[in-house]
Amino acid sequence: MNDRGQIAQALSAAGYIADAELATAISLMQLLRRPLLLEGEAGVGKTEVAKALAALHATELIRLQCYEGLDQSAALYEWNYQRQLLAIQAHRGENAGTIEDQIFSEKYLLERPLLAAIRRATPPVLLIDEIDRADDEFEAFLLELLSDFQVSIPELGTIKATSIPHVVLTSNGTRELSDALRRRCLYHYVDYPDVDREARIILARIEGIGTALSLQIARLVETIRKQDLRKVPGVAETLDWAAALVGLGVHDLHEAPETVHDTLMCLLKTHEDRARFKPEITARLLGQVA
Amino acid sequence: MSDCRSDPGADDAFEVCRLVAGRLAGFLRTLRDNGFAIGLQEASDAAAVMASGYVARPGWLKSALKQLLSARKADWDRFDGLFDAFWLGRRVRSRSLTVNSARTGHSPSLKSLQHRPDESTGGDAATDQIPSAGDAPATDGSEGRMEGASRADNLAGVDFRHMTDPEQIEQAHAAAARLARILRTRLTRRDRARRRGYRLDLRRTIHGNISHGGVPIRLVHRQRKAKPLRLVVLLDASGSMSLYTGVFLRFIHGVLDEFREAEAFLFHTRLAHVSDAMKEKDAARALDRLSIMAQGAGGGTRIGESLQTFNRWHAARVLHSRSCVMIVSDGHETGDAGLLASEMAALARRCRRIVWLNPMLGWPGYAPEAAGIKAALPHVDLFAAANTLHSLRALEPYLAKL
Repeated sequence: MNDRGQIAQALSAAGYIADAELATAISLMQLLRRPLLLEGEAGVGKTEVAKALAALHATELIRLQCYEGLDQSAALYEWNYQRQLLAIQAHRGENAGTIEDQIFSEKYLLERPLLAAIRRATPPVLLIDEIDRADDEFEAFLLELLSDFQVSIPELGTIKATSIPHVVLTSNGTRELSDALRRRCLYHYVDYPDVDREARIILARIEGIGTALSLQIARLVETIRKQDLRKVPGVAETLDWAAALVGLGVHDLHEAPETVHDTLMCLLKTHEDRARFKPEITARLLGQVA
Repeated sequence: MSDCRSDPGADDAFEVCRLVAGRLAGFLRTLRDNGFAIGLQEASDAAAVMASGYVARPGWLKSALKQLLSARKADWDRFDGLFDAFWLGRRVRSRSLTVNSARTGHSPSLKSLQHRPDESTGGDAATDQIPSAGDAPATDGSEGRMEGASRADNLAGVDFRHMTDPEQIEQAHAAAARLARILRTRLTRRDRARRRGYRLDLRRTIHGNISHGGVPIRLVHRQRKAKPLRLVVLLDASGSMSLYTGVFLRFIHGVLDEFREAEAFLFHTRLAHVSDAMKEKDAARALDRLSIMAQGAGGGTRIGESLQTFNRWHAARVLHSRSCVMIVSDGHETGDAGLLASEMAALARRCRRIVWLNPMLGWPGYAPEAAGIKAALPHVDLFAAANTLHSLRALEPYLAKL
């Protein structure tokens, strides 16, 4: 599956409406066997890409959520110390060598996401989410893993990858990533979708919504994004809002301007933005949408 | 018949391959010149992309190479223009060109600097962008009076605008750089002394005591990781500040060199991110590079708009909860003071402390009356004069407290 038209189709079947460039990126991922680095504002659907990719390959999604202080024992592997101790207590008096062989075997190894990802029979999708939240040291470690795809565990020896996972990294840009990591990856900047694509996303994701309403919502959200906001609403917020409108039985935004205004809290997530959006402003923006 | 045609055909194909490879290499070189980080691996992958049928559709090739060769948003935004310029012969947008000239060594003045190494003393001249001629009469007297005092003390108390002698200015610059270094080392030491475990790590304790049969003899604590302070400097490079810009640039250069986490921005009518240019090891060259960026296009200072740009595009990446923002400006806002106030409020929410250094505060009879500074003051944690080395040094205890 290398044609990007096919990929875009398969993605939309999986519930993700991709633009042409993202389809190219995914076909390149397969061609060059490189990880894909996705950057973009919060809520534009970076994580969704990985989920759709897993559906596209009909494989498992393994997710590693990064955070400050994330270390090897939480990301790669850890020994199950409690069980090891129990085993030592239970086999007290036996040959020390056999006990040691026993407690440092696979049975006592706790697989964490990175190790799990390289030991699957079929290549899974490995999502390394918000890599910018992890420390520099972890980034360097990850770089090594992504180039060699093997892990050495002192007590067990080197574990080579049985399959190379499809790796997707996401970043919110809270920290500058190292050039080495950036160079290693394909880069794709996920932008807010245009009206047409956003309407298609709403249609695909929200059940029981009409084409006309989804287009209206997409248009209004686009005008709202152009306002000077502290927090620009992402696609996730748009979907929340669309779901709220459908739940409240709205079929046309112009018929229910008050409901539209009252439900704007789904889109505007700071007090300042909320206070600025007076009913008149909502009405004016609604007028622009037509 | 087929025989005699196939031979030249193969030759043609080979020739085409050679030309394409040559053009591709040229394109990659252009990208490197524009600050793209492209290694050998990328080059061979780019060739693989071209070989795999993407060439047939220029649009596809463009987006495929874009994904492969960009590494950050800035690259991503400029790629299309560069691609069109190189392969389709369209004119590149001016933005790419200006960024190019600022980031790589192609700016005319840098070139001229490289081409006259014999005038290395002229490097000093490049650093002092301070127009000193107009100020000369005022300083003659003060310099005469201070003649007998110790040289260092003398310098520490002299207002930067009263320094006219190139040698004296050079000393002030060196002192500013030294000061930045002192700030850095003291901060680090304090951070380390504070580290102490505060919570028991049960998993690691068990792990570490397996050799004792699981009896917890050696306890393992969790330690709070002391993160270094991040300093973000926004320097006003407008005309009204020109007497001070030189010394502060040198101070910032020292800070960026010594702090593990520091960022610098210049603003006059717009904002420019200068950390990369500042990372040049040679101070004189870094300053020369910056003084080009510092020259404002028009007059005036738009502090509010510059802060707005900063809040919008840089703050999320540059600031975290342990950041200190240092604004160096005289507060002569030529734009909207209301905008400045609201942007200062937004900035104050994002960072730990805002320090506003106003060189004019050290002038006798100066009061912060300008509309800009009045609007900004409620959000400022420390408002201090910074017109002498002495007053710069007085900041250190404050920064160490962060």
